[in-house]
Amino acid sequence: MAPHSISRRELLKATGGLLVSFNLFEPVLGLLAQGGTPLSNAGGLSPDQLDSWLTIAQDGTVSVFTSKVDLGTGTGTALGQIVAEELDVPISKISMVIGDTTRSVDQGRTSASRTLERAGPQMRQAAAAARQELVKRASARLGAPAGQLTVANGVVSVAGNSAKNISYAALVGGKRFDTTVAASGEQWDLKVAPEVKPKDPKDYTIVGTSVPRFDLPPKLTGEFTYAQEVRVPGMLHGRVVRPPVVNSKPASVDEASIRDIPGVVKVVQQGSFVGVVARTEWAAIRAARALKVTWSAPPGQFPAGPDAMYAYLQNTKPFAERVGAENGNVSAALAQAVKTFEATYRWPFQMHAMIGPSCAVADVRGDKATVWSGSQAPFITRNGIARLLGIREENVHFIYREGSGCFGRLEPDDAPEDAALMSRAVGRPVRVQWMREDEHGWEPKGPPQLITIRSGLDGQGKVTAWEYAERTLSWTDARLSPMLASRQTGIRPDENGFFIGGTDGTPYTFDNRKAMAAAIPWMMNPNPLRTGNLRAPFAPGRCFASESQMDEMAAAAGIDPVQFRLRYLGDNTRAAEVLRAAADKAGWQARPSRASGGNGGGGNIVTGQGVAISGLAGTVVAQVADVAVDTSNGTVTVRKVTVAHDCGIIVNPDGLTNQIEGNVIQSVSRALMEEVDFDSAGVKNLDWNSYPIIRFRDVPDVDIVLINRREMPPMGGGEASSIATGAAIANAVFDAVRVRLRQAPFTPERVLRVLRAGTV
Amino acid sequence: MARVSLRVNGTSRVVDTDPTTPLLYVLRNDLRLQGPKFGCGLGQCGACTVIMDGKTVRSCSLPVASAGNRAITTLEGLGTVARPHPLQRAFIAEQAAQCGMCMNGMILTAKVLLDSNPNPTSGQIKDALDGNLCRCASHLRVIRAIQRAARERA
Repeated sequence: MAPHSISRRELLKATGGLLVSFNLFEPVLGLLAQGGTPLSNAGGLSPDQLDSWLTIAQDGTVSVFTSKVDLGTGTGTALGQIVAEELDVPISKISMVIGDTTRSVDQGRTSASRTLERAGPQMRQAAAAARQELVKRASARLGAPAGQLTVANGVVSVAGNSAKNISYAALVGGKRFDTTVAASGEQWDLKVAPEVKPKDPKDYTIVGTSVPRFDLPPKLTGEFTYAQEVRVPGMLHGRVVRPPVVNSKPASVDEASIRDIPGVVKVVQQGSFVGVVARTEWAAIRAARALKVTWSAPPGQFPAGPDAMYAYLQNTKPFAERVGAENGNVSAALAQAVKTFEATYRWPFQMHAMIGPSCAVADVRGDKATVWSGSQAPFITRNGIARLLGIREENVHFIYREGSGCFGRLEPDDAPEDAALMSRAVGRPVRVQWMREDEHGWEPKGPPQLITIRSGLDGQGKVTAWEYAERTLSWTDARLSPMLASRQTGIRPDENGFFIGGTDGTPYTFDNRKAMAAAIPWMMNPNPLRTGNLRAPFAPGRCFASESQMDEMAAAAGIDPVQFRLRYLGDNTRAAEVLRAAADKAGWQARPSRASGGNGGGGNIVTGQGVAISGLAGTVVAQVADVAVDTSNGTVTVRKVTVAHDCGIIVNPDGLTNQIEGNVIQSVSRALMEEVDFDSAGVKNLDWNSYPIIRFRDVPDVDIVLINRREMPPMGGGEASSIATGAAIANAVFDAVRVRLRQAPFTPERVLRVLRAGTV
Repeated sequence: MARVSLRVNGTSRVVDTDPTTPLLYVLRNDLRLQGPKFGCGLGQCGACTVIMDGKTVRSCSLPVASAGNRAITTLEGLGTVARPHPLQRAFIAEQAAQCGMCMNGMILTAKVLLDSNPNPTSGQIKDALDGNLCRCASHLRVIRAIQRAARERA
């Protein structure tokens, strides 16, 4: 147990379960589980051993060990590039070993676009330390001072006498380094061998190139083993049986109801968890569907639907409020403003909507367990299973196998616990695959946001006041909180959940500004409207509100929207540069708020162009959306999104481009069509027809400007470009038809309603 | 249980199974072909696509008994990493995937399209693939990959 975790546990005892901490990136008012053993989030190999990070085989293959998992975004390849670069070995010699809790250092959960930003330097320094050690050993073997040695392709040579050389493989091939390096901190804050000088980025030959992804060929031929494809000897198939309404418990389970289904092994009931295990997958599916369970009356109800949910957000007393930014005197400035603006924006409940639902295999034997899944947090999943089963954390071996692209959904990974419970109950390995209705119904969803902004301009069109107030639900499922099966078997979560908030998400500087968020309590019992982090959590809604408000003020002031924004970027030259770059690439025509009445093809079709800017964890992005609005039916078509993106040094340009394209298109989907619908009893969208996502015919062109800053460290590309798309679309709709959209998604019905009302 | 004869990727296979089992589970669990994926079990997303007698079908919704003695092609039937099919080669060249969970359906649907229309327009490609969902949103790369495959085949 790491000292940090001990102190955290002690703190928990002292504070009765409420952990309050602050950090600059993510204001946290938060939680840990209470009622059970608090979950530790530590484990893994010692970071001060080179062998924990990489080994070199006799054939020169470099095995690289990381617990930062590749969620289908290509970070495995990118981290491999960083290691190959520092070691001076060909990329073809790199073999990534990802997410095995017995073979990696705990580098923390994989989320918040922090893989290259945090694990990148860790891997870089570990590799640089390995190179230094190898050169030192070569120096002794070759009888030449280290300063006279060069390395190329994994071979150390004497400068000017290349016949005198020795390969890495000859030096350590197949053996351990047994070398200790400096290491401090843990997980995201882990520092490895900081005293070792890494390569100068100007000498890079691998980092900065579009190395093809290691994982794609087998994925495109059916040879890749996803979590869904893990098969172990003796494995049975399990399915969970969820209640039809919120918070129900099984009053009775009629096992006779599935007696005629051949192959059923066991009905597993523990607490309010119900599942079936069968010899074949089809038998498990049939049995789970047919099993007659009488559920208790639900102890609680949801608000009656999305509109009632916004009323709930408005009218419910927050459990926490946080001011994330404050300067000047907003009240006075609003009172003195020549023109004031007040608007309320709504961003809905949305789903991660993984294409492949949750899946895991667990093999529990006595006080030991082996588990395979696509969890974003191998060590947290491992430790959660240990707590659920009442066994030691070290006795759970978690092995990462990539699942579906998940966008935050598998940070709280439920299926491993389902599988572990059922495996223990039958004494055999069990594979659990969630069905589509399980995933749509029970994934933790991105919570809705209700955002009110009051702002003011002076007589010269300058923003003198900005007050941003957000109300949203806490996360019921995040970080160390117990998964569904844990809660169903009696491990209680913190009473309020986990809250991040308090920022308005803008890169602007205003003379008088306040940004605050209110955390509204939400049901912590297992329910289909669980809440959790959904890609760039809260940021698309914040950007939609803030950047709509900025656009509205620009229009009122008669100032070009790009020029208007540039005035408030202060010394944030990177933000200004992406804004200018996106505008240039998109063929932005400067105008005082609106082109000309945008005529895009005659008839009912009107076109417009809108801009928005966002930042996330050091990465800055500007987007320009080109849209066409059909005024006869309210349909918004996004024709093109132009993106300028600066995430510091670019490790793999094509990988980054791939990620940006995906972010933008997914964000168009979220902005135009995605909203979870529900009634007081449950979620209504249980398939793809009722929760549509973007299809090929609606996909816009995506035009990308990459700004590479070789002098800067790498920062995240995983989410930053998924933030400003909705705002840019809303502003483009205003440009086209001169009405303001205040609520996402921008469905035809909603747009038509706004068009008819003519609200500005 | 019943014995069902299948012709998969040019080979005859006999499985002993509940004849109501959807073809998908037989392919994945009995024949250990993992190209076709479980996505929804409802025929809505396309992840489970296979080619049967020259047409795409959703194997999650087709009882195995209905597939008896029909010519079935799965993703494995196209090519391997060592010897990829031209479409697979084009998808790799365009790096046309992120998580890749949907790509089985994309590639097989593209194959059926190109078999009947060797030079599709981008509009025809979009129409052909409109029933295949991709959440990572690799759509533009998929279109480019299919165009590349068509170009290189021509």
